[in-house]
Amino acid sequence: MKNINLKPSLIAGFLILFLWILIAIFANFIAPYDPNVHDLENTFQHPNLKHLFGTDNYGRDIFSRIIYGSRIDLQMAIFGVIFPFIIGNLIGHISGYFGGIVDSLLMRFLDITMSFPFFVLVIAIVSILGPGLKSFYIALALVGWVSYARLSRSQVLVIKNLDYISAAKTLGYSNVRIMFVHILPNSITPSVVFSMTDAVLVVLLGSALSYLGLGVQPPTAEWGVMIAEGQIFITSSWWMCTFPGLAIVLLALGFSLCADGLASILNVRE
Amino acid sequence: MERFKFILLRPLQMIPVLFGVSVISFFLVKSIPGDPVRIMLGSRATAEVIEAVRAQYGLDQPIFIQYFYFLYNFIQGDFGKSIIFKMPVIELVYERIEPTIFLLIYSLIISILFALILSIVAARNQNKIIDQIIRIFCTIGVGVPAFWLGIMYMIFFCITLKLFPVSGYGENFIEHLYHLFLPSLTIATALCPVLTRNLRSALIYEMSSDYVNAAKSKGLNENYIFKNHILKNSLVPTINLLGVNFAWLIGGTVVIETVFSIPGLGSLMVSSIFARDYLVVQCVTIFFAILIILTNFIVDIITALIDPRIKFE
Repeated sequence: MKNINLKPSLIAGFLILFLWILIAIFANFIAPYDPNVHDLENTFQHPNLKHLFGTDNYGRDIFSRIIYGSRIDLQMAIFGVIFPFIIGNLIGHISGYFGGIVDSLLMRFLDITMSFPFFVLVIAIVSILGPGLKSFYIALALVGWVSYARLSRSQVLVIKNLDYISAAKTLGYSNVRIMFVHILPNSITPSVVFSMTDAVLVVLLGSALSYLGLGVQPPTAEWGVMIAEGQIFITSSWWMCTFPGLAIVLLALGFSLCADGLASILNVRE
Repeated sequence: MERFKFILLRPLQMIPVLFGVSVISFFLVKSIPGDPVRIMLGSRATAEVIEAVRAQYGLDQPIFIQYFYFLYNFIQGDFGKSIIFKMPVIELVYERIEPTIFLLIYSLIISILFALILSIVAARNQNKIIDQIIRIFCTIGVGVPAFWLGIMYMIFFCITLKLFPVSGYGENFIEHLYHLFLPSLTIATALCPVLTRNLRSALIYEMSSDYVNAAKSKGLNENYIFKNHILKNSLVPTINLLGVNFAWLIGGTVVIETVFSIPGLGSLMVSSIFARDYLVVQCVTIFFAILIILTNFIVDIITALIDPRIKFE
């Protein structure tokens, strides 16, 4: 019953993400206006046929800015997940496979990292490295690995005691070979499912940082930046904030539908 | 017996974590590019003053010794002076604690209320239309940025309906409740989908367990079983869930305080980042970390008090 219900969610999720990727690639063909050109004769235009989502205080077309913004927000989702994914899995596998003092040291370090509120630690690191996307990726890599490390470690702890691993050890295979060729393909599934949920978090976090002024800097068209710019004018121009936010919701929805669908197909409990 | 041992020994587990928090916070500020004393004193300070302050904070010593200076001050509650407000950081933080704690508890109450209602409705009507609707709400809800939602509420409740103030904290308790309603509602709506999802599956798990079947075969009323057995047994997972999501909640308040200009720790942290007032940033970060450590501690103790099966590892 559950599978029948959730498989459409995977298809819907993939379609939404595919759509966003197409929009990001072909942004310059889809967007009717240049996202950064000021048009001071057409400021604060209500949504109309010429400007689908209206214009902002400089007369820039909101629709075109959202289209171009998809490039940055998609990039955030991808890089913000990949680095923690790799580092976390590496640490989780080493910790789980070797055990002993390596394991307890790494796990204590993990406990300490987790006792900081995730978002607060990320902005603390970003504040030291200076605002920008590069700092955001570094901060995420430093903090975000913990979830992946915990997931993969618990998998490795089970798998390393299975017969086929003992067989591989008897054959004299190196630890590195056993870890990456024999354990990894079986231990990576929960991390892959989690990476989709993580992408949702990263998109929300990245746009929130840009909203606070610590992420992508204006005048770059990024959704969080657009919401921050629009907040000053909410009494008169509701459309400036509303549409970039809907874009974030739609991108996040794509990822969380994929997460739901993958979890049910691969039988992973979150 | 086991659980008394747990309650007695559990505080000891906090010590290494607190130690780790102090190390990380120390290196966080150490890794700031530039000379911290020069940043702290501004560009007009004379060489003698700089040297004096450097000696006062032990910054002329090797890094190990510096850490112990930091730890010594940390234990005494001395986190240095703010360069912007010209007062001890700890006092500055102390002034801002109340709105943040108020906001945290307020939004916690609202979100538990929502999540309980939604998850009970969903679990009791499993796979029916109402359950599907709640599931769709949750799937969309996880991806809604809280700061945007706050602005949307502002447009609707403050500008269109003129029901609530756009910002501020108010003077007394009633005004706090009134001013912080929208911010709390924002955080609650953003947290609710996660709570509802997990609570729903906890309830469904309890509903399919053996003791429920036994109660049913005794001929007990379904409503009675749900109220007296299933809900009670879902209490422990709920409390644990709140513990896990508390870190998220704190992150939420940092942004929401900025959206609604509430004079709390989160907005202090954000404004201090722009002012390069690093010692304030450090102190707020440490405060939040201690808050999380304490919450996890309390959650563990409550769980141990409710559930006699918990053992100390």
